[in-house]
Amino acid sequence: MSLIAHNQAPAGPANALVRTGAGSVRLAAADAPQQYLTFLLGGEMFAVAILNVKEIIEYGSLTEIPMMPPFIRGVINLRGAVVPVIDLAARFGGTPSRVGKRSCIVILEVSEGDARHDIGVMVDAVSEVIEIPGSEIEPPPTFGARIRADFIQGMGKVSNRFVIILNIVKVLSVDEIVLLAQVANSEAGGTTCN
Amino acid sequence: MDELTSTFVTESRDQLLAMEDGLLKLEQAPDDASNLGAIFRAAHTIKGGAGVVECHYIEAFTHKVENVLDKLRNGEIPVSSELSTVLLECCDHLGALLDALANGLPQPEAAVQQRGDALLAELSRKFLGEDAAGGALPVEHEADLAASGGGIVVTDAWHISLRFGPGVLKNGTDPLSFLHYLTSLGEIIALTTLADAMPGAAQMDPECCYLGFELRFQTRASKAQIESVFDFVRDECTLHILPPNSKIEEYLKLIDQLPEDSMRLGEILVRSGALTQSELEAGLAAQSGAAAAGEMAAPPPIGEILVGQKVVHKEIVEAAANRQAAVNEKKAGEARMIRVHADKLDQLIDLVGELVIAGAGTSLLAQRSGYSELVESTSVLRRLVEDIRDSALQLRMVQIGETFNRFNRVVRDGSRELGKSIDLLITGAETELDKSVVEKLGDPLMHLVRNAIDHGIETPAVRAQRGKPENGTVQLNAYHDSGSVVIEVIDDGGGLPKEKIRAKAIERGLLDPAATLTEHEIINLIFEAGFSTADQVTNISGRGVGMDVVRRNIQGLRGSVEVSTNEGQGSTFTVRLPLTLAIIDGFLTGVGKAAYVVPLESVVECIELTETTAGRNYLNLRGEVLPFVRLRELFEIGGEVPARQNVVIVHYAGRKAGLVVDTLLGEFQTVIKPLGVLFRHLRGIGGSTILGSGEVALILDVPALVGLVGSSEERRLAAPRRETALTP
Repeated sequence: MSLIAHNQAPAGPANALVRTGAGSVRLAAADAPQQYLTFLLGGEMFAVAILNVKEIIEYGSLTEIPMMPPFIRGVINLRGAVVPVIDLAARFGGTPSRVGKRSCIVILEVSEGDARHDIGVMVDAVSEVIEIPGSEIEPPPTFGARIRADFIQGMGKVSNRFVIILNIVKVLSVDEIVLLAQVANSEAGGTTCN
Repeated sequence: MDELTSTFVTESRDQLLAMEDGLLKLEQAPDDASNLGAIFRAAHTIKGGAGVVECHYIEAFTHKVENVLDKLRNGEIPVSSELSTVLLECCDHLGALLDALANGLPQPEAAVQQRGDALLAELSRKFLGEDAAGGALPVEHEADLAASGGGIVVTDAWHISLRFGPGVLKNGTDPLSFLHYLTSLGEIIALTTLADAMPGAAQMDPECCYLGFELRFQTRASKAQIESVFDFVRDECTLHILPPNSKIEEYLKLIDQLPEDSMRLGEILVRSGALTQSELEAGLAAQSGAAAAGEMAAPPPIGEILVGQKVVHKEIVEAAANRQAAVNEKKAGEARMIRVHADKLDQLIDLVGELVIAGAGTSLLAQRSGYSELVESTSVLRRLVEDIRDSALQLRMVQIGETFNRFNRVVRDGSRELGKSIDLLITGAETELDKSVVEKLGDPLMHLVRNAIDHGIETPAVRAQRGKPENGTVQLNAYHDSGSVVIEVIDDGGGLPKEKIRAKAIERGLLDPAATLTEHEIINLIFEAGFSTADQVTNISGRGVGMDVVRRNIQGLRGSVEVSTNEGQGSTFTVRLPLTLAIIDGFLTGVGKAAYVVPLESVVECIELTETTAGRNYLNLRGEVLPFVRLRELFEIGGEVPARQNVVIVHYAGRKAGLVVDTLLGEFQTVIKPLGVLFRHLRGIGGSTILGSGEVALILDVPALVGLVGSSEERRLAAPRRETALTP
């Protein structure tokens, strides 16, 4: 996995952070390239808009919450605040990710209505921050991505490869997660007693 | 909104509450003069404040209300329920006007304005008669005054004590002109200007009047005539007039009524005209002489010396001394209360929470180091932190009485609207609980009380038929019970019809027709979403969103709500709430690698899990059957089951159950961190906390946890049901 990340770095618009300033001034607002954080999940490259990202922390000391669906990994202590952590791979319907050396938790800020929530997502590895101009983003395929279509905001073309840009509002929809959690919770307890 | 306005809005809301309270009392005790006075004062304070912040729409409205109240106070119009209804509506309107001011509107919205105008019209028409305008009165008096004069021979001077209110200048009146006008009636022999009420330069408002005057006035006019001079400022000043050759008692009374507080005894007497300056000076000289002679450790109070010299009557001195003491006491009382912004308090609680967590971390490190002196010092620290925590939480505790009192109005209006007569009985108003809980409790309680009025209490005719007293009673009761606060809403109405509820639940698809439920479970079905048994939708309740909202709100406060009923006798809604939402004493237990906190107040004892009947989850606790829950199984925690397992025995709402855990880790101060929206429907877990190691531990919600296990077991076993202590 680390190889992929390394190979991509020089090929893609490397040092994106440095080049941003000059780039964004020249381009029109509508077509202005946005910055995305890319990360790896089960060997595949995903991206989220950088404005959603609050911070990236090392994976560690996570407390599991019982009676929850498997994609809710648990909660962590983020400097005194308790923040839930979602396993993205499991959220997409796959098997839960395994904790590796480069596993990270990306803290994202999701706003739903007036409320803002911090939610952590667990990823296999964080790669880099890249800039993708709007013209380089294709609409999501209607099928074939093996991920619910509404989770995908677009397919970014980065050095002749596709990066799945996630629609964070949908992926981390609080209402939907709560609903799933509620179902899991009410089913729990069935394994107890006797 | 500037600071002045926001203070005005906050204080006026308090005054409005007081006014509303007073108006509600008025119906029961129409002759209570002090109550009437309190209502008037509240309205007057609002009016004055509105003038200060230059909010003319509030000032104008309150002025009219005040006129009516004044007539009421003077006995010119009788107390009637019609009047109090209108006045209560005026209170509501004032509340709306305050909202408008708080929102920074230059004028209230059209609808609000219209309602205000309608209320004012009603007031003038019904209660003020034709001569509604308040300004007309002084003019009459003036005419009266001009016509009078002559004939009365006066032997000595009158004594007039005059204190102008702060709003005098703002209302366009000039204190000096009154004094000038006064001289048209007679001659001012002596005049003392009192500036005692003048605050420091920083606080002083140059547009306010802080002055008072003591006058010796020689005239042939009558007392009424002197009074009429001040008619223009009658509401704005305090006026005491003593006729010539007044008795000592009258001077005593005057001393009692004087507003100045820091005045020295002798000065009060001089100003009252009971003493001359030279008499006072003689007294003062004697006092300092005594001190200089060193005959006494402390100089005798000036009053004593004056009495000793027979300069003044003993009673006068005592009254003045009493007054001084009373003023000092009042000052001390005021100093004990501080208004603090709620945010600051919350911040303090948060910090204390962090302190508790950091302290736990330090203790852990100290224990690991094995350095005994360090361990000792951290344990002292921890005790102090615990004390700080308790006092900090105490700061947020408020009595529930204020919330309860709001319902006087609800019950009054509701019963009137429905043509029922209902008394509200409040007990346990002094019960304290966290302010943040109290704030969120208003809406659910409102629902419960409205339900009791609407569905609970029967109409008087039905009540008479059932042989009950015609007056229904709704009782609000609060008390503490093992670490939680219990609030009960009790009515003596018709109770909940079990069969009707059951039928309705089946009709709404909330219940399987084949299911067998206990009575208790059936009536608690009313808390399910979309349940309302009212055949008629009334204004007060019955929109079908009542009870489930109540339950959700209360669960949001980590509380629970239950109902018990006796058909024909009434029903009792019991709301159980945690004392605080911030920090609790917890009992830390471990299962596998995970740690769970059980609220300490629900823990009874801990025992070792010895042999149990295979496959059955109950044990023999000294002859008692105790059902238990294996947390390891419930939470699907992997890992080896240790040789020794422990049972934490918990009690809640009069029931007992056991929780099987691996290890007992002891008491732990638990700062509650909410788990966030993602977990808002999670039952069985009440929240989370951060351990000394920085890890997150979950707090168990014992009643919900046991309920969860009970209901899932029941579902699996289906019918026929067995009665076990596990069912909630």
